[in-house]
Amino acid sequence: MVSEPIAEPLVAPTSRVPFDEPITDWRHRHLLDVDNLSKEEILRILSTASAMAEVLDRSVARTPALRGVTIFNLFYEASTRTRSSFELAGKILGADVINVSGSGSSVEKGESLVETLNTLSAVGADAVVMRHHASGAPWLAARTIQGHIINAGDGQHAHPTQALLDAYILLEEFGDLTGRKVVIVGDILHSRVARSNIWSLTTLGAKVTLVAPRPLIPASMAPGAGEPEHPLALPSVQVAADLDEAIVGADAVMALRIQNERLQGKLLPSSAEFARRYQLTAERVAMASPHAIVMHPGPMNEGVEIAVDVAHGPQSRIEAQVSAGLAVRMAILFLLIRGGA
Amino acid sequence: MISMDAAAINRAMTRVAHEIVERHPEPEPLMLVGMRTRGVPLAERLAVRIEGIDARRIPVGAIDISLYRDDLAQRPHARMQPSRIPEDIDGAVIVLVDDVLFTGRSIRAALDALIHYGRPAVIELAVLIDRGHRELPIRADYVGKNIPTQRGDDVRVSLLESDGEDCVGVYEERMSRGL
Repeated sequence: MVSEPIAEPLVAPTSRVPFDEPITDWRHRHLLDVDNLSKEEILRILSTASAMAEVLDRSVARTPALRGVTIFNLFYEASTRTRSSFELAGKILGADVINVSGSGSSVEKGESLVETLNTLSAVGADAVVMRHHASGAPWLAARTIQGHIINAGDGQHAHPTQALLDAYILLEEFGDLTGRKVVIVGDILHSRVARSNIWSLTTLGAKVTLVAPRPLIPASMAPGAGEPEHPLALPSVQVAADLDEAIVGADAVMALRIQNERLQGKLLPSSAEFARRYQLTAERVAMASPHAIVMHPGPMNEGVEIAVDVAHGPQSRIEAQVSAGLAVRMAILFLLIRGGA
Repeated sequence: MISMDAAAINRAMTRVAHEIVERHPEPEPLMLVGMRTRGVPLAERLAVRIEGIDARRIPVGAIDISLYRDDLAQRPHARMQPSRIPEDIDGAVIVLVDDVLFTGRSIRAALDALIHYGRPAVIELAVLIDRGHRELPIRADYVGKNIPTQRGDDVRVSLLESDGEDCVGVYEERMSRGL
């Protein structure tokens, strides 16, 4: 019998994100946080995102996958990149996307969240992407209406699409995160980005170190907290106060925005004092691994949590994070709406 | 019932490669685009054979039609792989490659996806199996084997690259349901 020799694949891979083989439906109806996603599910989202990234390179970056679907962007907090990225993601996939913000809508007249959601549902929302200042608001929304709910940031709690795009950048860089050291530095206390990243990065096998002055570390994450028996146990992470020590050998360093409106004079003496000890400077980044990458969820306070030359330097992936965000949000919309749950 | 063994698949692919070369001699800007998933190894095999016939290196691409399917609203679809079109397709002669031609709906989706990359001079279709039962006005330019089937039959193509062996089996509706 003449059997075919297996030829070298001529089609080069487009991405380092591993492709997961099993053909199973997508079981989640909503994306509220990343803490209920398995490693396989996170990889499914990210391999789908790598396919979506290719769509963005076509001369006509439009597809009919979500034709006939109506998505509402319901944003109670200011946002540039997340809102526009969700809007574009929906439009590239062929959905109709309608933006509703807290100001200029009936919210200003005192309409409650539940009433607003019921209204969107009544006019035919298939999915609602929501950002709300109250932690937990998207869970209330998921119990209120039929459509898919996507959390685009709730209070100080969770920001799942940011965590997923960060994981995407890291996987594209390293292929596998097992044992990789990721340092997250800055205002951990108020950061939904940090909270979601802790879950997804540890699920993918990375070792996470949180670095901040003690007042900006939540009590639940302070050393000693997070015992496995504790009902609110977080995955195990390292906590450190000294960035110069913690950054040594890191594979990736993620700076968080100092939220001046929340901190000035209360938890921090001054942003200059914070910058002296915690700013990502070229000298500090040089102490990380030579292949280390620098990330920031934006918007940046350049010269406070990150030095200008680092933010725009060769190790920075901050712009790549923005374009990865688009691909990851396309993947989320496609999987939630067309995945069968 | 096994309908093609490895040798039969091998012969069919060689014949299709010769037909492609005959219709598109050098220097026509030929490109092979395999449809995910089993069209891709078939396109790669054709490229190897064409190189063996007239020493031309034909670029090979892959196209995933998940976002263009016309049944997305009817049944769940949670699996998508990256497409890859290696070169500019404006003015190119593209041979789309798939394992089985059935209703023609996948081909329609692939055509929609392809023209989002540009404007090829020609798009042709090569398939390993044509099993009939078209639902759209689509036909193949190169066919490895025509296999008459009942509408409900299950045609399973296994390839070394994806399944560990080369064979094509046709299973009657009742058998494929396990009755």
